[in-house]
Amino acid sequence: MRNLIRFLRRFSFFFLFLLLELICFYLLFRNNHFQQAAFLHSANSFTAGIYSRYSNLTDYLDLKKVNQALAEENQRLRERQLMSYQKVFGPNFLIRDTLYQKKYLYAKGKVVNNSINQQNNFLTIGIGKRNGIERGMGVLAPQGVVGVVTQVSDHYATVLSLLHRQAKVGSKLKDSEYFGSLQWDGEHYTQGVLKDIPNHVVISIGDTVVTSGFSSIFPAELPVATISAFNEVAGENFYDIKVDFTTNFKNLTYVYVVKHLHKAEFDELEEAKEGLKDDY
Amino acid sequence: MITNFIRYPLWFIFFVILQVLILNNIQLSAYLNPYLYVIFILWLPIDMNRGALMAVSMLLGLSVDIFSNSVGMHASACVFLAFCRPFILSSLSPRDGYEADQIPGIKNFGISWFLAYASICVVLHHCFLFYVEVFRFSDFFGTLGRVIASSLFTLVLVVISQLFRYSPSRKV
Repeated sequence: MRNLIRFLRRFSFFFLFLLLELICFYLLFRNNHFQQAAFLHSANSFTAGIYSRYSNLTDYLDLKKVNQALAEENQRLRERQLMSYQKVFGPNFLIRDTLYQKKYLYAKGKVVNNSINQQNNFLTIGIGKRNGIERGMGVLAPQGVVGVVTQVSDHYATVLSLLHRQAKVGSKLKDSEYFGSLQWDGEHYTQGVLKDIPNHVVISIGDTVVTSGFSSIFPAELPVATISAFNEVAGENFYDIKVDFTTNFKNLTYVYVVKHLHKAEFDELEEAKEGLKDDY
Repeated sequence: MITNFIRYPLWFIFFVILQVLILNNIQLSAYLNPYLYVIFILWLPIDMNRGALMAVSMLLGLSVDIFSNSVGMHASACVFLAFCRPFILSSLSPRDGYEADQIPGIKNFGISWFLAYASICVVLHHCFLFYVEVFRFSDFFGTLGRVIASSLFTLVLVVISQLFRYSPSRKV
């Protein structure tokens, strides 16, 4: 017994080291499953408060770029407005349309913190529970997809960026409708890889990749990336495709959070499907 | 001695803020992320209790972690560095040993000693940090490249900040 105590005392330094590392790795793994303790992420009021003050300060520097992006978006929206259509025939008439029903709502949020230089990147945005934001909602920028909401506090939310090793976006080729999954390879913030596109599909550099709309997170047909390089791997059934993201993650300032109004219904069906798979 | 109780907390806050607000936004390329905040661990007094050293380092790592959504990652690397620091110091010790209450720095020990000390510490910390970050050995050399590039960058910043450090003109 005395020997044991002497042993413990002698190496207490080393045991303390092991203990502290264990705590660190415990936190790290919990964090990996996005189940981190409520106050240990950057959506909490203290850290997010500092970030939002800092971003208030630096926003002025980006005004020019932001204005340009917003102007481009305005232009696109204006083109879709009724007044930019010409009436071709007949008098005015009103259509009471019951065929269309609203499916997605959008909320505008300001980015208060963003990173692109980690292997697992997150954003913090300045809207939260009070604005109706919930976990699992999709986040868009004017140019394309940004990520998915992971943590929500009253006034802030953290977003799992597309630049995260565990982020996957169900996407498809705009022309041929073949679907695959888009991921980040952890190298450069403008480039990702598109997987699961079979060899027999005809693709070419510059093809647009859009969201597939197979999940309840993003609407279909949103631009995600364009193909920048591809090659066939000998003995494999799928292409090796490199893509350029349409979103520039380096100068994100304003983003939109998408709310799918039928999400609960959709997810319930999807879960029921999973159950069936087990039965048969 | 008593000034340390004021100086170190101020440095702590300063380097955490500097790291999360400025250095984390320096993105020269995907390979270069300077982590200057480790300089705080380098600057802690030589005769500091080993347990306290690790506890303070863990606190430092956690503070940086909370701001960058990577809870545990920087903390584990900092604890590792704090664990190794006494061994590095004793292997580099000058002929007549260290005096009590000395702070590692160019003024006290000269530039070549400090460069050796700082580069070993920074490389150990960055190695641990980057391999924990990717958490696999499949892209071993890619990660090693990032470790080396970032370590060099951090080291340059460490030496520069060392030159800025105010230190009272020599002990009597």
